[in-house]
Amino acid sequence: MAKPTTDKSKNAATATEPEYPLTTMAVVAPLVGWLIPGGGHILLKRYGRGILLLVSVVAMFLIGLGMQGRIYKPNGGDILDILGFVGDVGSGVLYLLARIMDWGNVMAANATADYGKTFLIVAGLLNFIAAADAHHIALGKKP
Amino acid sequence: MTINLSHFSAAAVFALFASVVFGITQRNSTIEQVRYGLYCFALFVGGVFLAGWVMALIRR
Repeated sequence: MAKPTTDKSKNAATATEPEYPLTTMAVVAPLVGWLIPGGGHILLKRYGRGILLLVSVVAMFLIGLGMQGRIYKPNGGDILDILGFVGDVGSGVLYLLARIMDWGNVMAANATADYGKTFLIVAGLLNFIAAADAHHIALGKKP
Repeated sequence: MTINLSHFSAAAVFALFASVVFGITQRNSTIEQVRYGLYCFALFVGGVFLAGWVMALIRR
């Protein structure tokens, strides 16, 4: 059974926990980071990290397309298609570019194409993590 | 342009890029990030070998 929290321990916890006020940069950096992979870090002057994130996410996305991976659309209907769309859309401007240029509009016909689809989804999911990291840096939670 | 990667090379490329992102985002200092990135890469690639051996043993 969980211990009941007393007012005393609650006060002690709030006293030790530092406050991180929400700034404009803490909102803008993750948005930029989502749209342009690594952009949030570059905006926060973490150039090395930003470039590595950019290279990693863009390379995964391009390799996924090169492997004939499929790009999911928002009106998939099936729950797995919707989850695939959520993953893909994490790549930000890369996803929009792929939709505009009609890249990845193929059905997975072999194992390589299935790996490509996974690369595309994971590139987006990794970019979400990078955007969240940019948010933490902007807040001051992370150096 | 079509890229044809084998299962292992696709897994190794995947491990490399995922490890870079994990290292950068999950640790604070540069040395910790490098260590954690290498740790994740080793786990990914080790997992591939382990899964490969398990599948090979099941197949027998």
